[in-house]
Amino acid sequence: MANSLFEEKLYSNEFLVTTEIGPPKGADISEMVHHIDLLKDKVDAINITDHQSSVMRFPSLGGCLLVKEHGGEPILQMTCRDRNRLALQADLLLAYSRGIVNVLCLTGDSVDAGDHDEAKPVFDLDSVQLLKMIRIMESGTDIAGKELKGAPNFCTGASVHPEADFIEPQLIKFEKKVSAGAQFFQTQGIFDLGSLRRFMQYASQFNVKILAGIIVLASARMARYMNDNVPGIIVAQAIIDELASAGKGKGLQKGIEVAARLIRTIKEENLCHGVHVMAVGNEGIVPDILEAAELVGVPS
Amino acid sequence: MIVAEQKPLDEISRMIASYERVLILGCGTCMTVCDAGGEREVSFLHNALRVAQSKIGNGIHIFWEYTLKRQCDPEFLELIVERVAEVDAVLSLGCGIGVQAVAERFPELPSLPGVNTSFMGMTRETGVWDERCAACGDCRLEDTAGICPITRCIKGILNGPCAGTKNGKCEANKDMDCAWLLVYERLEKLAQLERMRRYYPPRNFRTIPRPRRIISKTSVDPGEEYG
Repeated sequence: MANSLFEEKLYSNEFLVTTEIGPPKGADISEMVHHIDLLKDKVDAINITDHQSSVMRFPSLGGCLLVKEHGGEPILQMTCRDRNRLALQADLLLAYSRGIVNVLCLTGDSVDAGDHDEAKPVFDLDSVQLLKMIRIMESGTDIAGKELKGAPNFCTGASVHPEADFIEPQLIKFEKKVSAGAQFFQTQGIFDLGSLRRFMQYASQFNVKILAGIIVLASARMARYMNDNVPGIIVAQAIIDELASAGKGKGLQKGIEVAARLIRTIKEENLCHGVHVMAVGNEGIVPDILEAAELVGVPS
Repeated sequence: MIVAEQKPLDEISRMIASYERVLILGCGTCMTVCDAGGEREVSFLHNALRVAQSKIGNGIHIFWEYTLKRQCDPEFLELIVERVAEVDAVLSLGCGIGVQAVAERFPELPSLPGVNTSFMGMTRETGVWDERCAACGDCRLEDTAGICPITRCIKGILNGPCAGTKNGKCEANKDMDCAWLLVYERLEKLAQLERMRRYYPPRNFRTIPRPRRIISKTSVDPGEEYG
């Protein structure tokens, strides 16, 4: 039996749509709640990011509880940057006890990328070990082998980077994540469908669901900034040129068009099992993208 | 070897301000090789401190200089017993181990650090040193083609690269090679890529309960009780 509505859909052959919300820096959750209400019925699940880019924020687990309270389907993003194996297991138990069962297992950005660059980086585990730890907990013990009073049960995901400029080691890691129990993958931003096609030719041999990451760019400047500063991201020159061609003040509109076109093509050509829309601070425009991609009303 | 950098002069001046007679103690091993605290640096620092005190007049110090072959070895410390009896503090240009060895041997005397001990590494070229070992106590270099991901990957992860690498460089530093790409390339050359496909479980941090002690199996006297 499926653990969650999202897991059920994962195996239904539906085209899946997920998105993500970055929690606020501070205790005022009104905007996050507004975005949750805006998006919860338009997508299959909402990721809540875990101090994305190592910038300290309201926690992912807190955001996921809000998604749940508001009737949405949360995906808990969990990085290994800030918690050792005790804290990770404890948070997983808390999540499960409150009905949060979809977990995206990530290593996490380096502390140097964020706004607390003097903090101690933890990385007691990596993403593969985190996936494996969840499977061990599901079998009824913690990873020290001690029996759990009540074993949790999760739907586990991970990330993969089909556009990495050095792909072979990334694919080795992908296979390790599959072996460690990842059921679904949300990819890093896809800007060149050729790389997604090549990746899927390889990945389709595994029994996992792939959701292509779609980053909505608001301008050519933002694209260049991401190329220079965001770990791993490589925005294709063709897309930068297209964004640059937009008139003044129309960059975001162009970005929505580009994202919608990518999503439409992925769906029409059945390239992978769904998309994960990352609006990076512009969560409010996600419905516009889904509408432009003709994906409105996806959830059944 | 151990690599360190000498502390800024004003920090050292503040540290010694309340001590009249100061022994500047160099170390003839690692600190000499990394240009942080050998005989030459002791002499430079001695001159610099004299010039500084004449400029700002923060007390009148009397300095002595001496460089031991190694500060981390008790038998060498015996060579300065008489000199130490005449000073108010030792400014050690040894690594953090040297500073502590001096403190242990001369419990009645302040032992001040003149360098910031940074890492264990090797010489890349004249004046450039690179960190290579984290002393994790559980060496796996046979699985990673002789390249240490615990030291050279900013996250110290064991199962392959994160997705932050770009142009072969680390997400945290565009000048730093991604350790895992280096590991991959070298394993490929050695036809040992299967080592990278293996799952490596979480590290056993019990291999490094601090502080650690190693007792030679051939040693007759294991020394004092631990702790």
